[in-house]
Amino acid sequence: MNRNGIITRRQAIVAGVASAGGLILARRLPVDLPPSYGNILRMGDAFTYAAHRAILPRHALVREYSLADLTPFPATGTTDPGMKDTPLGEAYRRLKAGGFADWRLTVEGQVARPMAFSLGDLKRLPARTQITRHTCEEGWSAIGQWTGVPLRAVLEACGILPTARFVKYLAFDPYVDCLDLVDAFHPQTILAYGMNGRDLPIPHGGPVRMRVETQIGYKSMKFLNRLVVSDHFDDGGPDGNIQHGWAWYNGL
Amino acid sequence: MTPGRHAPSPANAPEHPRWVRLTHAVGALSLLILAVSGFVILMAHPRLYWGKAGNGLMPALIEFPISPDYDKVGYTAATRFTEVPGNVVTASRTKEDFFNQNGWARSLHFLAGWALVFPGAVYLVMGLGGHFRSHVVPRSADLAPVALRQDIADHLRFRIRQASGGPDYGPMQKLAYTVVVFLAAPLVVLTGLAMAPAVTAAFPWLLDLFGGHQSARTIHFFSFALLVGFVLVHLLMVAASGFRRQIRGMTLGGRS
Repeated sequence: MNRNGIITRRQAIVAGVASAGGLILARRLPVDLPPSYGNILRMGDAFTYAAHRAILPRHALVREYSLADLTPFPATGTTDPGMKDTPLGEAYRRLKAGGFADWRLTVEGQVARPMAFSLGDLKRLPARTQITRHTCEEGWSAIGQWTGVPLRAVLEACGILPTARFVKYLAFDPYVDCLDLVDAFHPQTILAYGMNGRDLPIPHGGPVRMRVETQIGYKSMKFLNRLVVSDHFDDGGPDGNIQHGWAWYNGL
Repeated sequence: MTPGRHAPSPANAPEHPRWVRLTHAVGALSLLILAVSGFVILMAHPRLYWGKAGNGLMPALIEFPISPDYDKVGYTAATRFTEVPGNVVTASRTKEDFFNQNGWARSLHFLAGWALVFPGAVYLVMGLGGHFRSHVVPRSADLAPVALRQDIADHLRFRIRQASGGPDYGPMQKLAYTVVVFLAAPLVVLTGLAMAPAVTAAFPWLLDLFGGHQSARTIHFFSFALLVGFVLVHLLMVAASGFRRQIRGMTLGGRS
């Protein structure tokens, strides 16, 4: 307002554009924000998540590279969950001894038909091969070729329900994480069983790992065991990232 | 500082307006946090590369001995992926308990980055609205050889002219601000975004602009180092040009 308390045309236009923009952004905001635990760092992560979901196109594809761009690829973190003296470690050891013939990926929760997929079942679903860059939070990156089934295809085969909000994935090593449905349904989010033309090597997460190409490397968890589709956010407890001080959303 | 050395500032010199003082405060704090958290992030993998990707199995452009574990992270013998062309190898890392504080450092880095968006946007709008033209970009008179030579000679003799508590700025000062505003700051922001998977999915040209993820990371480091260098010289100049008056001019405002 100017000194006479009259709103000028310019101010009216600026206010109008700003409120229209605000309304459009608000409509695009994710329904469920992850808990911030009153922690300013987690609040910052939530802000990044809300901003990305509000501003960025949701299913834009990450850069795909050519075979000539493949780089050496270090295996880091857990390189064999069978080395761990835990019930899950022991289960992995048994499956590994049997060449993963008895491995099943169970899908449960907010789905019409809970299912258990063998490696063969996953390979019978439409496959996708992509050469992408793995970007580690530590700062390094590596380009690899991944073959697998889009997570979306698996979720739809199980009849994912309209109440579904998050897809939790649990691994043998024994980490737990989850994706919102935007990333879970991203065309490049795949359950990978192949790497660089061969079966996914154990140090890289065999028999099946997640590939979430729109986020930082640790979201692409290795050694998958179960998927749980849920209608609420679950931080994964002590085996999840948040309680260890790591961001849940890491598209930045 | 002996008071006699300082010529009193001209009474009609412009002072820092409130928006400059406010955005400067938020910006300075953000920059400090970005520097500390950025250094901690670099400590987790203190190797820089050039190109689309780079990792511990590849040669580094530069390796900084800034982490207690920088030379202790080893790998098993490399094996080749023979199914694909080229010398594509893999190996397992043998040490996992190396220094890595990225859980909080990354989140803090991004929080400080967000905090810089507000003052950055205000500064950009006000700058394009006239501040850049009037006070930041050097005029032809500033760049005249005589004026430039005189200003450089004065700086070399540490004969720093006394501040008025705001613009008008000297030729070297304007050049420094120009490099920061139009080169280092945009480079830092764009290379930062070029490292983000979700951002480069939307704007893949960011990767092409800088030659890939690791090139962007390397440029991010050096352009931020340029900013740090600027801040150090800036603080030196603040001290040399009348510390009390300068600090007052940029915080409370007005002239002492």
